[in-house]
Amino acid sequence: MRKIYIKEQACIGCHLCEVYCRVEHSQSKDPIKAFKKESPQPLARLSVEERKPVSFSIRCQHCDEPSCVYACLTGALQKDARTGTVTVDEERCTGCWTCILVCPFGAIRRDVQQGRIAKCDLCAGRDVPACVANCPNEALVYVQNKAGLER
Amino acid sequence: MVRVKKAKYLIIGNSAGGIGAAEAIRQADKAGTVVMISAEPYPAYSRPLISEYLAHRYPLEKILYRPADFYDKNGIQAILGRKVTQLDTGEHTASLEDGKRMAWEKLLLATGGLPILPQIKGIERSGVFAFVTLDDARAIDRHLYGGVERAVIIGGGLIGMSVAEALVKRGVKVTIVEMKERVLNTILDQEASALVEQRLEQVGVKVLTGRTVAEIGSHSGGAVTHIVTDDGATLPCELVIMAIGVQPRTQLASGAGIRINRGILVDHRMATSCPDVYACGDVAEAYDFVYGENRLTPILPNAYLGGRVAGFNMAGVTTEYPGGTAMNSLKYFGLAIVSAGMADPPADYEVVSEKHGPAYKKVVLKDGLVKGMVFAGDIEKSGIVFGLMKDKINVNGFKQALAADDFGLISLSEEIWRAYLEAPSSPSAPSAASSSVMGG
Repeated sequence: MRKIYIKEQACIGCHLCEVYCRVEHSQSKDPIKAFKKESPQPLARLSVEERKPVSFSIRCQHCDEPSCVYACLTGALQKDARTGTVTVDEERCTGCWTCILVCPFGAIRRDVQQGRIAKCDLCAGRDVPACVANCPNEALVYVQNKAGLER
Repeated sequence: MVRVKKAKYLIIGNSAGGIGAAEAIRQADKAGTVVMISAEPYPAYSRPLISEYLAHRYPLEKILYRPADFYDKNGIQAILGRKVTQLDTGEHTASLEDGKRMAWEKLLLATGGLPILPQIKGIERSGVFAFVTLDDARAIDRHLYGGVERAVIIGGGLIGMSVAEALVKRGVKVTIVEMKERVLNTILDQEASALVEQRLEQVGVKVLTGRTVAEIGSHSGGAVTHIVTDDGATLPCELVIMAIGVQPRTQLASGAGIRINRGILVDHRMATSCPDVYACGDVAEAYDFVYGENRLTPILPNAYLGGRVAGFNMAGVTTEYPGGTAMNSLKYFGLAIVSAGMADPPADYEVVSEKHGPAYKKVVLKDGLVKGMVFAGDIEKSGIVFGLMKDKINVNGFKQALAADDFGLISLSEEIWRAYLEAPSSPSAPSAASSSVMGG
């Protein structure tokens, strides 16, 4: 499967990946409305970590051996056998946060308002995830494997 | 003569461990016959969610652990609502309560736990329940319609907390009687227990610590009307929940001569002392990676993972159980707390902790390795610490950062986060980034 890799040396910590992720996962797909008007508030499914001069953004890695799927109390988290994507059935997620405790990347977020998790879905329906497509400095790449990653 | 049917894989138990095994078996062997037998009459449901069922937040369909077509889709024969009464491990057969026998090639014991019911005077009275199965929740639900104003929960552990939350939502006045000095004393430290007790008080739940129940009493023909504590106090109540904990349901295994300590002893492949017989979940005593020895860790994630490992091995794919440990995410009455490993360590362990307003983070260390953790409030990055604990990564170089407000992957040493993210430092650098560190 294709994965999102970071090129941290190109990341300038602008947080636009967070912005575009949030807009992509909003109802309106409009930045102003998504941030100011929508309820429930859409959440970014990734977060930028910074320790100057280094920065990068973190999201679900869609692990081959996904601890979150194995730990899920309800069966809401599954690994799609065909695509390899780790998916969450939002109807079945009860927001127990057990997956958060076992995610070694700290990549799962709490959507407290909706009582469930929010995680990267690789932008289902898009060819290239919004964070990658809109990174102004090409600090994110979406490739088959890291061998194809030019650094 | 009873008809003997033959299963290539027989799984006794239909909860997380059994499902984990069934899914692994089907990943490795699409054709071999898989039979699951369970004393409970329901398709697999999420046991932790029986409190949501009792609270009337979810009906049965919403607490199913797998979709309704799981068994059909995976070609699994499910025999539900029937008990296995005996095993013959030499002959490789299992006897059912209806007299039928089933032969098997590989057997998994995923029989779970039974509620611990101490010899309290009056425990047989009507209105006294355990809280482990969906049938327990259903029985309590029916009892509530008979008019319950006050309930006493005996035991302030995970089961006690979850049933307390459900009962409060149903408008019942709840008192928890806990023998030790604080609630959740086996999985939390003092500070987190205090946070939970504070929250319990806010929602009107009374907590009596350092007390036991001496008698469950009745003034009305056998139905519970009150309890008497060990210091002689009388508490009126129409409902009593026994929530002391669960013990491994080892009866079948002991009858078959399988080695048992507190639970069924299993090795790194989840195999028991008996050839072709495996065990997982609450009934098994499996490897705990924090303590470095076999222990009971009766929680769903460990059951599923142990079952998965057992299933692969049963299907001939050699797989090792990485170990589990006590770990829980609690959200009782809206307060988020996660804990894992040794939350309340012996004195010779090092503790790194930081308070962040009402929230705090605490990490327990020994010789540079993480041995335990409690995060209360802000829990989103807690999994990183759990991963460091599981993978036994030396954290001496950055240990102060583990409890910091802005803790994240980037707080680890550069070498470690590069390995995690498969981001080598330069094109010429060898891609030593081992994804095996992460299991990712």
